[in-house]
Amino acid sequence: MTTPRTDRSPWNWLLLLPIAIPLIPALFNAVEPRLFGIPLFYWLQLGFVLVSVAATLVVYHMTRRAR
Amino acid sequence: MTTEIVIFAVLFLIVSGMGFVASRWRRPDDIASLNEWGLGGRNFGSWITWFLVGGDLYTAYTFVAVPALLFGAGATGFFAVPYTVIVYPLVMIVLIRLWSVSHVHGLVTPADFVRARFGSPTLALLVAITGIVATMPYIALQLVGIEAVLKTMGVTGDLPLIIAFAILAAYTYQSGLRAPALIAFVKDALIYVVILVAVIYIPTQLGGWGSIFDAAQAKFDKTPAATDGILLNANNQLQYVTLALGSALALFLYPHSVTGVLASKNRDVIKRNMSALPAYSVLLGLIALLGYMAIAAGVTPIGTDVNTVVPQLFDKMFPDWFAGVAFAAVGIGALVPAAIMSIAAANLFTRNIYREYINRDATDAQQASASKIASLVVKVGAVLFILLIDPQFSIDLQLIGGVIILQTLPSVALGLFTRWFHRAGLIAGWIAGMGAGMLMLYNVANPATHHDHFGGSAFALSKLGLDTKMTIYAGFLALAVNLIVALLGTVIAKSAKVVDGPDATRTDDYTADQGDPRVHDLEVTSST
Repeated sequence: MTTPRTDRSPWNWLLLLPIAIPLIPALFNAVEPRLFGIPLFYWLQLGFVLVSVAATLVVYHMTRRAR
Repeated sequence: MTTEIVIFAVLFLIVSGMGFVASRWRRPDDIASLNEWGLGGRNFGSWITWFLVGGDLYTAYTFVAVPALLFGAGATGFFAVPYTVIVYPLVMIVLIRLWSVSHVHGLVTPADFVRARFGSPTLALLVAITGIVATMPYIALQLVGIEAVLKTMGVTGDLPLIIAFAILAAYTYQSGLRAPALIAFVKDALIYVVILVAVIYIPTQLGGWGSIFDAAQAKFDKTPAATDGILLNANNQLQYVTLALGSALALFLYPHSVTGVLASKNRDVIKRNMSALPAYSVLLGLIALLGYMAIAAGVTPIGTDVNTVVPQLFDKMFPDWFAGVAFAAVGIGALVPAAIMSIAAANLFTRNIYREYINRDATDAQQASASKIASLVVKVGAVLFILLIDPQFSIDLQLIGGVIILQTLPSVALGLFTRWFHRAGLIAGWIAGMGAGMLMLYNVANPATHHDHFGGSAFALSKLGLDTKMTIYAGFLALAVNLIVALLGTVIAKSAKVVDGPDATRTDDYTADQGDPRVHDLEVTSST
């Protein structure tokens, strides 16, 4: 109770990655290389889901309340 | 065809039967009270909450609208994937603060928050109305989904829309949030089965992913339109990016998303859910590609209704009985979120308009009946959106809703971080943003249905006198206008010493968590 709780944590900066990366078409707007016949545009953007999962998981574990 | 209809009807009847049984689920003492009808008594565990929040992803939006956009326009339609990748980290940063402040002050809707934060009943009223109106086109999209399935099964004319509306109205009126919550399990199970079968089985029948994309490429090469293709071009990249970001920002401002997040037990539960939900975006992306599979399979839409391509694809590729299951999945998948959305909008009406302006001393029973009527009105509004706007792609219904709801971002989302804005500036910004948004939407033509207005959400920058063929998401531009006016308005109001509203919240309210003496369970405060 003595220390005021804050939601500021350096880990939160990690959340900017999955927000910024999918918004840069230059990274994924191409056909080659294909993966299982799927153009880069599609498989790489699906891959960004992993970035999002990883970032949110790390932030969840690093900022959850000590118990 | 008959097998399809029988299986569809049986599954649908079982599920709606469950909806009625749900009225008695977990023994509510009095479903006549608003708390019971609209919030399910708020005693849902985190599992059910999770299904309610996750349920927003698997809607007619996913199954019908996104694939239809890929079918018709190509790569642009894939914006749904970056959109659902971005939205969860955003929720983790933004809505988690709303959870805290709401649990300290007993707030249930975004309008409640704005009222407490900026001390302005007018601004709260604007936020409430915005939420209700913006939900209508989103519900309309769900009705379009059910309609598309019925059409594919051979039901013609106005009948599909009337049936879709009647089913939805009947069962939300009867049992409130309990019905969709219980059905969410069945719905998700059905949908997973259908998705897995579809994305594994259909590509094998069409010669693999490579040939699916080749077929799509060939189709887009043949069309004269320069805006389609399996990649983005110089003119629609800005549209793609603003659409993804704008949709993500819009999603968590919708009343039903806020309800879902507020129902979580504590901040850690929100964070955990937000780290689990992005995994579903992968499935969403694969479903989106059903649009290309439809191209490869040579599917043609019924009439000019591209929304029917996925149901048509199922009809063509699956044996009849499984097509029936798939149709039921799409239909129920549209029904459940539509119910959740209309209930959330109805709650908004009752709390922030009915109780505030119409009947201050309303009893619980009066509030519940006001909500039920409001939810019917919202659904009628949704039908009007379909009939009056008739956009080229049903996804535009959701995107038009996004343009509207985004105008609450400065007061709701930014309000969670800063109290710098003056209430007069925010109101001016809302008016300017909404005006600009409507003006832009009005000027988007739809060549497919020969409508000159409200044909979509991609606004051509050339209409602003810029020498370019680039388009941008109208909601994004409208939000920019809103923010600039809010900024200028705040500076002017402050320098003119216009009286600002009181702020009922404190800085540490925004980080309070379960166990804090000031944090109350919302069911206590929301039942009054």
